[in-house]
Amino acid sequence: MINSVASLETKTLELWYGNFQALRGISMVIPRNQITAIIGPSGCGKSSLLRCFNRMNDLIPGSKVTGEVLFGGRNIYAADIDPTEIRYRIGMVFQKPNPFPKSVFDNVAFGPRVNGLNDNLEEIVEQALHRAALWDEVKDRLRRSAMELSGGQQQRLCIARALALEPEVILMDEPCSALDPLATLKIEDLMRSLAEDYTIVIVTHNMQQAARVSDMAAFLMMEQDRAGVLAEYGPTSQLFTNPKDKRTEDYITGRFG
Amino acid sequence: MEIRTTFHKRLYEIQDDILIMGSMVEKAILRSMDALKNRKTDLAKQVIAEDARVNEKRFEIEEKCIQLIATQQPMASDLRTIISVLNVITELERVGDYAVGIARVVILIGDEPPLKPLIDLPRMAEKTADMLHRGLDAFINRDVAAARQIVKEDDEIDALYDQVFRELITFMAEDGRTITRATRLIWVAHNLERSADRVTNICERVVFMVTGKMEEIGGSKY
Repeated sequence: MINSVASLETKTLELWYGNFQALRGISMVIPRNQITAIIGPSGCGKSSLLRCFNRMNDLIPGSKVTGEVLFGGRNIYAADIDPTEIRYRIGMVFQKPNPFPKSVFDNVAFGPRVNGLNDNLEEIVEQALHRAALWDEVKDRLRRSAMELSGGQQQRLCIARALALEPEVILMDEPCSALDPLATLKIEDLMRSLAEDYTIVIVTHNMQQAARVSDMAAFLMMEQDRAGVLAEYGPTSQLFTNPKDKRTEDYITGRFG
Repeated sequence: MEIRTTFHKRLYEIQDDILIMGSMVEKAILRSMDALKNRKTDLAKQVIAEDARVNEKRFEIEEKCIQLIATQQPMASDLRTIISVLNVITELERVGDYAVGIARVVILIGDEPPLKPLIDLPRMAEKTADMLHRGLDAFINRDVAAARQIVKEDDEIDALYDQVFRELITFMAEDGRTITRATRLIWVAHNLERSADRVTNICERVVFMVTGKMEEIGGSKY
């Protein structure tokens, strides 16, 4: 993390769903061009935190955010920020591959088209598919339905769809939980190569995956009132071999959960 | 609430194995010295023969560690424990070899007349065995303070080594006919000095296992 530039930064971020506080006092710096993993027990607020990074929680009625999420030095929750614009620059990939019931090409072209980018569409699509390590597998079936692809291919298609919008950050919410081990390793390998150009934040239940793939790791846990707090955040190499916080130690060695 | 009960039970079993291996090695050191002091060639042969069991035990523990790493993906202190076990068994195996080294000297000496009554060498052996015993206790109890203390005590071994060395050199200088016998006793002293150094390595592993920090504590004179 030393010498790296911040991509995203939260400052005493708090999130409520109605009267329920989901996150408390989250302050962390997400370094650029690195992979940051968020781990923690079920219900600790990992996905909620991830969704704070591109204002996806705005879509949940009754949600409220205080504190700041800085992106490029600006608070993305400031009044003059357009959340749609934020979501283009901070893309998201979900747990279950969710391609549109359209062709492979149209899936990737969807974002650029919505944004009025109709020139060079073929080039944009091809490049996004290359970057998502899917091109060779689909180049002869671009006009066929995306639903014909395997689960792992569909997930890489969703990554390509996010990449077509030239985001700076890619948020991944359990991107491999619906995939078999080989497809999972392929996505992990892809993440590593994507980190050269993008900042990646991944939420995963799979601790080994977090250990394998990430540079930085954040351990979230619940307090008495079930609000998620950041128990520990640091380099992955340290968090999984010599965590500083006893709660992290107990969690990753399976002594509580 | 403990979740990985089976895994942790197997990890504790490995630590029991370490104690078993440790006591085998400790016994080998004390027996080789008994054989030297009391001219028990048969006992020396037994020490040499039983070293095969020490080696088997080492492979058995190593195999268990590999299985746990491959199947359980240990993390944090569990990972450091397993890695430390792998180091400790290597050190123990070598101490076993040093005991064999002493036993071989006993066989070489056979029924040659004794050069001198042995006093400092048995003291070195007892001190080494004691450090080994407590070093493994520190390992099991995750006792960093004890581990550091034991490392300091290596100075006593080094001092005894110096003393034995000086004394034997004096013998050799005074009477060339003692050279063969005195040199063999220097080998014995050397084996014990090395053994104690291996114990300090075990103690450094205790510190790593508990704190996650790799550090050389003290550092032997030899």
